[in-house]
Order: sequence, then structure tokens, then C-alpha cells
Amino acid sequence: MEYVKGVPLLRPYIDYDNQEFWLAHREEKLVFQKCTYCGKIIHRPKPMCPACLSTDMEWIESTGLGTIYSWTTFVYDRAAYPGIRVPYIVVLVEMSEGVRLVSNIEDVTSEEMYIGMPVEVFFDKVSDDLTLPKFRKRKVKK
Amino acid sequence: MKSIKNKVAIVGIGLSGFSKDCKKTELRMACEAIKDALDDAGLTPRDIDGMIKQTDDSADEHAITSAMGMPNLTFYGETRWAGAPCGMVMQAATGVAAGACHTAVIYRAVNGGSGLRSTPSMRSSGQLSTADLLHWAFHSPFGLMTEQGAVAMLAERYMYEYDIKKDQFGPITVTCRQNGAKNPNSAYFKKPITMKDYKESKMVTDPLRALDCYEKFDAAAAFIVTTPERAKYLNHPPVMILGAAQGSVPETENMCGYYRDDVTGLPEMAVMGKRLFKMAGVKPKDIKFAQLDDAYTPLVPMQLEALGFCKKGKGVNFCGDGKKIKAGGRLPVNTAGGSLGEGHIHGMNHVIEAVHQIRGTATLQVKNAKIGLVATGAGGPAGGLILGR
Amino acid sequence: MTVNYNKNEMIPAPVVDPDSKAFWDAVQNQELVFQKCGDCGRLRHPPRPVCPKCRSLNIEWEPSSGKGTIYSKTIYRKSPHPGMKAPFTVVLVELDEGLKLISNMVDIKNDDIKIGMQVEVVFDNLTDDLNLPKFRKVD
Repeated sequence: MEYVKGVPLLRPYIDYDNQEFWLAHREEKLVFQKCTYCGKIIHRPKPMCPACLSTDMEWIESTGLGTIYSWTTFVYDRAAYPGIRVPYIVVLVEMSEGVRLVSNIEDVTSEEMYIGMPVEVFFDKVSDDLTLPKFRKRKVKK
Repeated sequence: MKSIKNKVAIVGIGLSGFSKDCKKTELRMACEAIKDALDDAGLTPRDIDGMIKQTDDSADEHAITSAMGMPNLTFYGETRWAGAPCGMVMQAATGVAAGACHTAVIYRAVNGGSGLRSTPSMRSSGQLSTADLLHWAFHSPFGLMTEQGAVAMLAERYMYEYDIKKDQFGPITVTCRQNGAKNPNSAYFKKPITMKDYKESKMVTDPLRALDCYEKFDAAAAFIVTTPERAKYLNHPPVMILGAAQGSVPETENMCGYYRDDVTGLPEMAVMGKRLFKMAGVKPKDIKFAQLDDAYTPLVPMQLEALGFCKKGKGVNFCGDGKKIKAGGRLPVNTAGGSLGEGHIHGMNHVIEAVHQIRGTATLQVKNAKIGLVATGAGGPAGGLILGR
Repeated sequence: MTVNYNKNEMIPAPVVDPDSKAFWDAVQNQELVFQKCGDCGRLRHPPRPVCPKCRSLNIEWEPSSGKGTIYSKTIYRKSPHPGMKAPFTVVLVELDEGLKLISNMVDIKNDDIKIGMQVEVVFDNLTDDLNLPKFRKVD
């Protein structure tokens, strides 16, 4: 994915509920929230477990493995954010932990995209202070 | 007139502590307060089908339904301005009374102390509303750009008109702080003040001293309302809504209203009070306690006047040295401390204390507290409730 | 002057909208004008699109006498804005036409400003394109 130089990057809004998720990316780790009380794995980060209303949360490292649940391609630059060169693909990945994550996929054209495609995480160092989890096609051993 | 009188009960309350920096998001604070209110009532998130928010709050309906797993939300609404706590209860109650929902939650969560929240006078769209625009256009160029100054201007003329002397508002803040000093949840627990402290407090916007004005805190609160039928099966005896109203008149602005003939009182509170008492079918003499907007001390006597507890200009006399408004007095006011003596969460804690009084679970319990009044948003669009058993 | 501005900072300027533009345009020309209903003649301030008395949308602008009395006041001991130095006084002036206006005083000490004091309008030229209507004590 190509970022347009000179256009400010869109940055995540980091708060007390989600900071562990975003800060882990600097160490190239993808983490998800897990309710300490009932064990539910949660994404996006929330202040309270929607299953049991506990506020005790821990963070687990993801396997980084998932499959494409859905996807779309941004083609028209006026409809998209000008800081990213079109076309680019946004994916909704279903992770092996059972949660879904919005991200991008690299090295795949929209002609090659399909729902159910196995993918794995990698970390894109977008700038000195922003690293984002993104995905690549994953080979599955038969 | 058909009304919501006796058709809706407050059955659950939740109130956080008051902190200068609680290091939590407003969403988390809201969720925790709602959970406390659910636990208090004996309900679960599945039971909630109505939700009322304050327009300026950052924690919104869908973030809360996601975080708390509320699968049945079918009714939501919002209101804003300082009268919102009572106004939100009224909106929820109209939903319940009309059958649009069965059990509704009302909440506020504000990082007022740590200041993480967005500019309060900006709407979520980032645009100024027309009322805000009028304010910014004609007041800000002259430096009148805080609530404190807006109320000070009103208070100065009020003092001039009714011959009120310097420091006569003092007993109000002293009473609130003495009440709050006995309330373990108060930011001022075990920290009462005296008139000496008041007189030594620095002038901030004449005639207001620092101790005439509330302090900002991080805090959150929530209430749950439902039908009297369902209330029977819940944890506490229901607190019935006997009357509810909001109030606005021409030239009402946030905390002021300078473009009317008389700028010495709260006509929005008067129009609210008229409807409130009529709906409840009671008179000021029937009220056993009042939780009044005490964000700034001069608002308290002005509310007593507007609501008919005393004649115009006699509110300061009514408060006197604090004897009448103390617990055990003719009309105990802000028995948990209110904004000045417990902490400021925009009047939400005033509703909660009224519920405690009616239930009989208050720290400073008023005897025979079977009917009480809450007023919020004195110097702006007003809100009020009359609650009873 | 009762307001000392910090010229290195932005001065809080009025937010002008289509309803209030004529008021502020007049102020820039050192005139104080008020909205007048084009049908029933009722004066009103601040400017609004509708007459609250007869609900007419017709608007005229009437020059003010510029004379009035102090109706109320407050002294800011701490400045709410970096462009203005505290302490300064904000006044609510009741003009002879019966309208009220928020403003500041010039050429007077904060403690000398009293309710009931007779005043007249002056124009404080803050920048090339910003005048504000302010008031001066009339002896």
C-alpha cells in the first residue's frame, strides 16, 4: 500500500481502553483483549466484558492467523482518504481466536481476492512512530 | 391533562466517586455506573430496552450497547444543557409510560477533572448550535466567556436589587460542605468548611468567591426507570416519579439570560416549577427535602424563589445562616452535599440523593422523607423532578 | 481602559452570522444599531431572524442613542482568554431604548464601575478590522 507523501497520516485514537492494542504493534505483536473473569476474547477493545460485565482484562498475543471474512477495494480517490494511493484493499479478517479485525492486505490484487482466503499478519512500519498490523496471503499445508 | 404521574419508578442508581483524574475513558465510566445501577436494581443488560444520553457526552448509545452486551435496545433519546439530569429522567419516563420501552437507563460520564473530553460547547458535529453562536458572538468579545462570569453578572444585579450584602451566599456553600463532610462518597468527606474559610476564599469573578463555585471532577452516574409492575420484583422499594418537567423561556441561555427586563432570577426554573407542581398535585409546603442546583451559590436562593418556597428576593433570607436548609431544618437542601459539597457531575448526584432519601438510605436521612424535589440547570434551560413513595 | 489586551495573542473576535452581520458591519463603521421589526417596530437585541412579538420576518436597523446605564457587572480576577489581561470588568448596559448589551468600560478603574452609572458608547479600535462597542462614564 502506498501512502501519499505530504498528506498527514490518519492515526488511531488511543485511549485507556485500547492503548495496549496499539502500543503492542511497536513490538510487532498483535494482541487481543481477554476477559480475566469469563475468558471471552474481545475485539475491538472495550472497557467492560459484554458477556459478564467484568472490567478485569488481560491481553493475549494472537497467532496472527486468520481468513478473509469480507473485503472491499477503494478505487476512486475522491471517495477515499487522499493520504493513501488508490486502488487499495481493505479486509475484514476473521482471526483464529474468533474475533474480527479491519486491516489491509498487501501483494494481492482485487482479482485474486476471495472470501475464505487464509492470511497471516505482518507489521507495516508506516512512519517512525506508527506501525500497523496488516495481512498477507498465507500458504496452507495440504 | 394526561401525565406520567405515578406511571414510572426509579429502581436503580449508580454513582462513581469524584476524582481529579480517574485514568478511565468516559465510556468505561459510563459502563461502570450503568452496571452499578443494574446491580442496585437487580437487573441485567438484557433487561434494558431504553437509553437516554446527554447530548454532550462522548460515550454514546452504540458504544455502550456493544461494551455491555445489550441486545434489546429499541428506544433512545437525548437532551442537553444543565437541566439534563431531570430532563433525561423525564424522557425515559415518557418512553416507559407510553409503552415505547419497558426499562430505560439514563447516564452521564464526564472527565471534567482530567479534562480529556472535547470542548463542551461544541456539538458532536463540531458545529456551534445557534444558542451557542449567540453567546459567542455577543459575549466573548468582551471577555464574558465562562459560566462563572455569566452567573456573577446575574448575582451582582440580584444583590443590588434585593439589598443582599457581601458574603450572604456563604452559608449555602458552608451547609453543602457540612453535609458532604458526612458523606463517604463525597470529594469533601470529613472536610467541612466554616464562614471564616468562606470569607478568606479568593474572589474569582466578583461577587463570586472560589468557594461559591463548583470544582470539576471525573465522575459518572446512571439511573434506571421502569414500570411500577416490574418494580415490585426488584431489589428496592420503587421511587415513584410524581412530576417531571423542563423549562425554557425567551432569552434563556446557558447560565444566563440578559436580554429580558428583569435579570435577577430564573424564569426558566419558574416555568418548569409551575408544570412540575401541577403534575405532581402538590405544593412547596408538601416537599420534605430539595436537591437544588448549587453549581454556584446564588442559584440556590433564586431557585427557592422561582419554585415558590419563598417570595421573590427573599431566597437569601430563607437560606439565612443555614438553619432552615440544614438536615432537620424546614427544607433540607443538598443533603449529600450537592455540587459544592459532594462533587460536580452536572446534577446527576442530586437525583441519586433524592432516591436515597425516598428509599430511606441516605447518610443524612431526612425524617418522613416521603416526597422530595430535584432541580437541575438553574441558570439555563431547567429540569425538575418531584419524587415520592 | 479597563481591558488591557495582550497584542501578541489572538483577541476574541465576534462570531458573525447572517442574522448579526448588519450589527457588526455597523460597529466597524463606529455606529451602534439595533434590529427593529419592520412591521410592529419592536426593537430587539441580540439580532434574531423573527420578531418575538408579532413573528414578522421583516427587519430594519435603527441607530441607537448610545446612552444608557450600568445594569450589572462582574470583575474577572483571572483571565478566561490569553488575549485579555485580568483583572477586567464585563458590564451589562441597559440602553435608553430599553435594550441590554454586554460590553466593557473604558477610561475607568474596575472598582469605580457602579450599577446605575450613566454611560455612553465609544468604539474601541482593536485592530484594523475590529472595532468593539464599549462604554464611557458620562459626568
